[in-house]
Amino acid sequence: MVKDELKYTETHEWLKIHNSEATIGLTDYAQKELGDIVFIELPEIGAELAAAEVLATVEAVKAVEEICIPISAKIIDVNTNLADSPELINSSPYKNGWIAKLEIINMDEIENLLSADKYKQLIGE
Amino acid sequence: MKKYLPKETAFYNIHKKRNAKIVSFAGYEMPVQYENGIVSEHKKVRKSVGMFDLSHMGEFIVKGEKRLDFIQKMTTNDASKLEIGQIQYTNMCYPNGGIVDDLLVYREKDIFYLVANASNIDKDFEWLKTNLIEGVKLQNVSDKTALIAVQGPYSEKVMQKLVNENLVNLRYYYFIRTKIADVPVILSRTGYTGEDGFEIYFTQLDKAENLWNKIEKAGEEFEIEPIGLGARDTLRLEMKYPLYGNDIDENTNPLEAGLKWIVKFKKNDFIGKETLLKIREEKIQKKLVAFKMSEKGIPRPHYEIFKNGQQIGEVRSGTISPSLNIGIGTGYVKRDFMKIGTEIEIKIREKYLKAEIVNPPFYKNGTLKM
Repeated sequence: MVKDELKYTETHEWLKIHNSEATIGLTDYAQKELGDIVFIELPEIGAELAAAEVLATVEAVKAVEEICIPISAKIIDVNTNLADSPELINSSPYKNGWIAKLEIINMDEIENLLSADKYKQLIGE
Repeated sequence: MKKYLPKETAFYNIHKKRNAKIVSFAGYEMPVQYENGIVSEHKKVRKSVGMFDLSHMGEFIVKGEKRLDFIQKMTTNDASKLEIGQIQYTNMCYPNGGIVDDLLVYREKDIFYLVANASNIDKDFEWLKTNLIEGVKLQNVSDKTALIAVQGPYSEKVMQKLVNENLVNLRYYYFIRTKIADVPVILSRTGYTGEDGFEIYFTQLDKAENLWNKIEKAGEEFEIEPIGLGARDTLRLEMKYPLYGNDIDENTNPLEAGLKWIVKFKKNDFIGKETLLKIREEKIQKKLVAFKMSEKGIPRPHYEIFKNGQQIGEVRSGTISPSLNIGIGTGYVKRDFMKIGTEIEIKIREKYLKAEIVNPPFYKNGTLKM
């Protein structure tokens, strides 16, 4: 499932952009590929990350995956529910399974994100 | 170099139909999980019953009048103690004590039947051939043999519907030859999950799908489900059963691996005995221990183990325990640190997270009947 109103990355993150803020999470495709997500290491609120830096680490039973931030941003909120219920990423990847809220530092970097159509092509949907 | 194409087991089409995630494992296209996922499959086996395709495993037949002498020479356990119809867990070692493989030895009237790890089939068979003695014949029947495991508290109820023999009388680590759906099988009360369970070996591969379906039908009332290799690994690790390639390998020996109970020094010579005797006298330098995380985190193979800022070992197996919902693992630690209760640290992504060496198994409510 790909949502039309979101932006995407080649590494299967989604971003919901509203003015200079964004919410980021893992796509439905990514959660299916990973399988049961059993652990997440979240970033600290207030941290400033450059594009491509590690935002969070998710672990499935059999896999460890780093989630990289596609744009430079400051972390303004994290989904603390995931600490006790990381499986929310599986059950609700676009809603309750959101990972962090960002304040975008450089709006130009948004240009590099994929449209829903491009992302659908990428995953063959 | 020979080139190996990935092999498909006789149940491949069943896995495909069930939308299994297929991975190449030891040269076979195997299901790592089905649609419900590893955690759900794991719990299914603990609470009810599941069935596994384990046809990638290796099977060898050892025949001839000197077959017992040969098994005794090749393995660390004492096969002379086996009754006909009984099974033994054992190790096969190199002269330096390193482990070639861990095996099951089935004793029949005229043969021994060996079950080997899929990744070691060729290596094991070569090693057995290299050390063959007169009066023994070896046969590798791995490609001709399919294997289904039925594991879980309801496994006896499922299997009892399919055979005439009273399975209450089939004890842990014993086997019978019988028929299921007109297919001749070896039915053994064995497994790798810590639950009561059975393993079913047969060679009529054209009947494999039918046999699978019959078992599934018999398990319907318990909502039996197919279980992939992912859950097989978490189930075995909750019991601290060793996995070749992780917990044991050519560079570890049975004494360090906590498998002293299957090394029988009192029997006649076996390959590796001299070195293992010496290792026992000099005391082992490291040991495979079980540890559980005291902090949130999941240990993984090759993570480093620390104590007081010093590295004392390395993780060999690690996972989240679906039953206990904590990180659990095994690792070799230096002898000074191997006591139960020792607090250690696992280095996970630059953090040193607390863990404790514990008495295995991690999961203590398994239904297997010893």
